[in-house]
Amino acid sequence: MLRLPKFQYLTPQNINDACKILADQGPAAMIVAGGTDIYPKMKRRQFLPKTLIGLRKIDDLDRISGSAKSGLTLGASATLTEVSSHSVVQESYAGLAKAAGAVSTPILRNMGTIGGNLCLDTRCNYYDQTHHWRQAIGWCMKAPSGKGWPVLQDSKLNQSGVPCRVAPGSSRCWAVSSTDSAPMLIALGAKLKLIGSKGERVISVKDLYNDDGMFYLSKAHDEILTEIQLPPSDGIKSTYWKLRRRESFDFPVLGVAVALKQAKDGTVEHAKVVLGGIGSCPFEMAEAQNILTGKRLTENQIEAASQSVFNPARPLDNTDFHLFYRKRMAPVYLKRALTELATMGSNV
Amino acid sequence: MFYTGAVGTAKTKGGLLESQKTLITLQINGERYEVAVTVNKTLLEILREDLDLTGTKHGCEVGECGTCTVLINDQPILSCLTLGVEIQGQKITTIEGLEQNGKLHPIQQAFIELQAAQCGYCTPGMLLSSKALLDENKNPSQDEIKEALSGNLCRCTGYWKIIEAVELTASRLGASKE
Amino acid sequence: MAKAKSEFSVIGKSLPRVDAGDKCTGRTKYADDLRLPRMVYGKILPSIHPHALIKKIDVSRAEKLPGVLGVITGRDLPIQFGIMPTSQDEHALALDRVRYVGEPVVAVAALDEETAEEALLLIDVQYEPLKAVMSLEDAINIKEPRIHDYGPEGNLHKIVSIDFGDVDGGFGEADHIREDVYFYQGNTHLPMEQHSAVASWNPSEEKMTIWSATQTPHYVHRALAKVLELPDHKIRVVAAPVGGGFGGKDDPFSHEICACKLSMLIGRPIKITLTREEVFYAHRGRHPVLMWVKTGVTKDGKITAMHFKSFLDGGAYGSYGPASIYYTGALQTVTYKIPNYRFQAIRAFTNKPACGPKRAHGTPQPRFAIERQLDRLAEDLKLDPIAIRQKNMTGPNHVTVNWLKINSNGSKECTEEVLKASGWKTKFGKLPKGKGIGFALSTYICGAGLPIYWNELPQSEVQIQVDRSGLVTAFSGAIDIGQGSNTVLASLVAEVLGLYQTDVSLVTADTDLTPIDLGTYSSRVTMMMGHAAIDAAMKVREPIFEAAAEEMDVSIEKLEARDRVIFDKENPENKLSFKDAAQLAEAKFGPIGAVGSYKPAPKIGQYKGSGVGPSPAYSFSTCVAEVDCDAETGEVKVEKIWIAHDIGRALNPLSVIGQVEGSVYMGLGEVLMEEQDFRKNLHKIPSLLDYKSLTFKEMPPVETILVETDEPNGPFGAKEAGQGPLSPVIPAVANAVYNALGIHIDEIPITPEKVLKALEEKKKGNPPRVGPKGIPSYNFPEPVKVEVPAEWKR
Ligand SMILES: Cc1cc2nc3c(=O)[nH]c(=O)nc-3n(C[C@H](O)[C@H](O)[C@H](O)COP(=O)(O)OP(=O)(O)OC[C@H]3O[C@@H](n4cnc5c(N)ncnc54)[C@H](O)[C@@H]3O)c2cc1C
Ligand code: SF4
Ligand code: FES
Ligand code: FES
Repeated sequence: MLRLPKFQYLTPQNINDACKILADQGPAAMIVAGGTDIYPKMKRRQFLPKTLIGLRKIDDLDRISGSAKSGLTLGASATLTEVSSHSVVQESYAGLAKAAGAVSTPILRNMGTIGGNLCLDTRCNYYDQTHHWRQAIGWCMKAPSGKGWPVLQDSKLNQSGVPCRVAPGSSRCWAVSSTDSAPMLIALGAKLKLIGSKGERVISVKDLYNDDGMFYLSKAHDEILTEIQLPPSDGIKSTYWKLRRRESFDFPVLGVAVALKQAKDGTVEHAKVVLGGIGSCPFEMAEAQNILTGKRLTENQIEAASQSVFNPARPLDNTDFHLFYRKRMAPVYLKRALTELATMGSNV
Repeated sequence: MFYTGAVGTAKTKGGLLESQKTLITLQINGERYEVAVTVNKTLLEILREDLDLTGTKHGCEVGECGTCTVLINDQPILSCLTLGVEIQGQKITTIEGLEQNGKLHPIQQAFIELQAAQCGYCTPGMLLSSKALLDENKNPSQDEIKEALSGNLCRCTGYWKIIEAVELTASRLGASKE
Repeated sequence: MAKAKSEFSVIGKSLPRVDAGDKCTGRTKYADDLRLPRMVYGKILPSIHPHALIKKIDVSRAEKLPGVLGVITGRDLPIQFGIMPTSQDEHALALDRVRYVGEPVVAVAALDEETAEEALLLIDVQYEPLKAVMSLEDAINIKEPRIHDYGPEGNLHKIVSIDFGDVDGGFGEADHIREDVYFYQGNTHLPMEQHSAVASWNPSEEKMTIWSATQTPHYVHRALAKVLELPDHKIRVVAAPVGGGFGGKDDPFSHEICACKLSMLIGRPIKITLTREEVFYAHRGRHPVLMWVKTGVTKDGKITAMHFKSFLDGGAYGSYGPASIYYTGALQTVTYKIPNYRFQAIRAFTNKPACGPKRAHGTPQPRFAIERQLDRLAEDLKLDPIAIRQKNMTGPNHVTVNWLKINSNGSKECTEEVLKASGWKTKFGKLPKGKGIGFALSTYICGAGLPIYWNELPQSEVQIQVDRSGLVTAFSGAIDIGQGSNTVLASLVAEVLGLYQTDVSLVTADTDLTPIDLGTYSSRVTMMMGHAAIDAAMKVREPIFEAAAEEMDVSIEKLEARDRVIFDKENPENKLSFKDAAQLAEAKFGPIGAVGSYKPAPKIGQYKGSGVGPSPAYSFSTCVAEVDCDAETGEVKVEKIWIAHDIGRALNPLSVIGQVEGSVYMGLGEVLMEEQDFRKNLHKIPSLLDYKSLTFKEMPPVETILVETDEPNGPFGAKEAGQGPLSPVIPAVANAVYNALGIHIDEIPITPEKVLKALEEKKKGNPPRVGPKGIPSYNFPEPVKVEVPAEWKR
């Protein structure tokens, strides 16, 4: 049986205490929310934190409040089941209900949180392997030994000299951002609140991410994600299309998130297209957005916007499916997503 | 300042002796169990190894099969990814608790009649996911059953007998209410 | 013995399985659920090299870790073992050389599993890496280093080259000849239960007891006796209920032997349970097979000759390989009359986990090839794909050109039934673009005619004991792995004795307590254990009936037993309860008990390799698959499967349907996604997440039709159901994809990538195909010419 390594488990009653432990202990301490990402990784010895900080004892961190009109606030500890089945999310942020509802399995969604989903470690099939497997392949840059994270502290330099196995000449890691909700939240223009030992700040979800497989989060180590703020839905239509081999269990190897606002005559006033699962962070597809904005959602427009994401989508061979297949599917999935929105009634 | 669940050793080396145990109280199948564990023990390990409730099975221990499913507050969760210390005071239901006073739950009866268990290894998890579904949805459609059970893998049955068993149970429970 | 169906009282009914109550309440104790007093835990250090010499192993640091009780290496277990007499090439722990990543090297016993695991990290193994042989091509081309020092040459394990009939003449008679190349990727069993064994050495008795998740306690017993150098009677192997096997628990395994050895060393019981990753390395799964098939046909579609070549990538050890290689050639002739047949094959060693017997052992691969090719031949000749098959199908009481004797044969009925149910006529060629329908036929053995170790002994024995309380206990070595053999045993005994299924208490799969059954493989259990059970039950019935006849004052021939009552058929009021009769019999004859046994006596050919293929009976299955293909994404959605299976007689119809549906499920996994894939010398994806198996959401509706043909050699006419129905699913889907999109995917699994690639080729005007380009150039030895059996008829 795979088992967890030993660690100290702390359950602070409030965020400030939690931040303080993180600040005091540095990378040796890690947050655990639902545990569905971190525990498997600890069992595979990808992470060996000395201290785990459980968020369960912190009141109200799982609260969902607000409305479509004023904007909805999702507590970071709300489970994916709670988010995807929430009536306001289903009605006014349909893409998010879809994205959160497409994560893994219903059982895992009962456990996994939206905050954990946003902070989900990047994935790579050279890295999400057991200690023995990674030893056999000779480790890789992201986890250059069997000692687990943290090894490199906050330096972005590859000090270990262990190469990336996917792109051996590369000086960075290309592990894949595999969160379903992040691309959708970015498309919806959501913000999030981070509380750290030095105070709190609100940033856009997009700004949470770096295009780097190892240092994929921009936040400071002692910053804790406490809530996600969805803007007023304001008639925005959204959807999420996910490529994966099976309709359950599997991570996205391409996620297409689209949010649109259309005028009464159908002209697109505002469009957001974000791709997940193809690189180390979610990518906003600026060209597609430009093509769509100011025009009606005609078949031609949809086709043109869809084709425009073929080039920017540059997956590597470290997930399920052939990388070229994933690239080819980006336009197809975008086309299907846009077509779905085009045929969907407005839900102002 | 804050509650320390327990202090395990920070070192990764060192065997049994170095780790400190903490006494936790679990409510399992309506009974209270006290057990001393190190914090890193998952519910799966505690059930199987400390409490001899071996009805809960395991196929991967990393969330990829659903074999270890149990109910917490009537919701299916994976016992392989849940710490014992995290769920004190919550209502835990395992396969051993599905039967009440020697009487089978209707879903168990249906699994038996329709041969929805072959090797039986996925069965405890399947039964618990099915029960949770039926508690929430008295009359699930086939698609709803597939969705609710899509976190449980089975290699023997081809799934249909399980779907039929859930349907049969729903119809029986519905009928008994009328 | 075979009664008309209306007379049966137990069999033919879909009664619940006898062990279902325990399985649905968590009571069933699988191997990993066992815990013995003072039990400790073992872990095994796996190799990190695909191919290397072991220079030095330093276990001193591990031994010093508090809580560690014992450490063993290959030196402690130097005797080789293997499942077949000709494949004694394994060591429980690698001795001097490792042959795949994941191969067991050192085993540790410790107070708990965590400590054992920690100890592994303290072991230093120095390796000298050798060139790794990772593919078939490698194995044929790389002569040195050799993975094993046996086999015909280089890295070849075994070569077959054999002719039945006049092959060149047959091709001469053909109006049309096709050659095609196919590849069937390897895949694995993926039982939900990870292998586990608990071993307990009793020093005062000098006796070993092991409880293991095994399909073959008898062969584990043999291997243990050999490697541990213990007398046979000092070993007791108990097969715990198996949480899924599918052939993956058919071999004796390293962890079983290591558990025993460690237990002997430390004098305490020990448990070793594999991790999921280790289960992938234990493997013995489906061989990747590259196939070339050349078939000659007359204008009207009659097969005149076939030349079949298969290249099996066997992995690092022999395992069942010597049988697997023949299975890729043996059953082609059972479905279709092939008058002249040449079979040539190579099994190669590669530095990967050993392949072996997965469900329908060695036969889905060639089935895929020939059923795909038949569709092509039909198209070439402008014939209907069903018509060309019907033209060549074998019938009942047929002897094949390679000496296999078929008795009952429901292939024609199965074909009719499945076509009718699926609405084939209204669909084939008439579905909208993107949708398609495909058909395939297959067959499987009902037990291998010969045991793995050739001998004259029975292959299955059952003992029955009747207690004066009326209790009947049946003892059998057969192990239920989920296929339902316990229920078969209870139902047959109950049928003969006129009891209820639940009246029969079972003791199974314990080499101390139960008479032998060779194991759960080759679909042999219902056939062989079934016969042995009926034999034993008839024998215990005799004294009971005799005593009853005397008491009831009727002649024994007039008696019948059902519903716990023995009665006069002509005057049912004259009756006696089974219990009373059993007591009278005990008073008259002493304790009532009997043993029954079964040994098949199939007529077999006298040529090398003739041991693979003969069986007391053959099951037949036909499948129609309907698919919906997305030409933009390449996704193949199987909309529905219709499957008809010739079961001989369904002893428990629901149980048979369960086996058929489970086979369909597994076949769909193989055709759509399952792959034992390697990259950079190691298993690419040894996890349940990345090795893709169908979830609830991918499983299409299945309509199962059971066809009963009353097999003269079967127990009450029954045949197998656990394996055969898997094979036709794969080519049926592949044929349906061709029907839907006009593309040939000649390589299993059919992934979206391959579909898109083939569509692209089609667009470019190239052959619309994805599949292997050719086969390695290899000069097979001159085929051995085998005389055609006298009974062979075209
Ligand atoms: C079999 C399987 C399939 C999966 N499939 C998918 C899938 O399809 N799509 C998908 O998106 N995910 C998938 N997941 C991953 C995971 O289940 C989800 O992403 C889940 O939402 C993670 O949330 P959690 O609360 O369990 O995270 P945790 O495991 O608790 O934490 C994840 C990471 O986030 C950090 N973290 C958690 N909360 C906070 C916070 N509030 N502030 C700062 N840092 C925090 C943790 O330190 C950790 O590094 C899958 C997991 C498994 C095991
Ligand atoms: S992308 Fe490269 S460095 Fe990053 S996890 Fe994969 S192999 Fe390692
Ligand atoms: S054991 Fe597989 S999900 Fe828990
Ligand atoms: S019954 Fe065997 S895995 Fe489901």
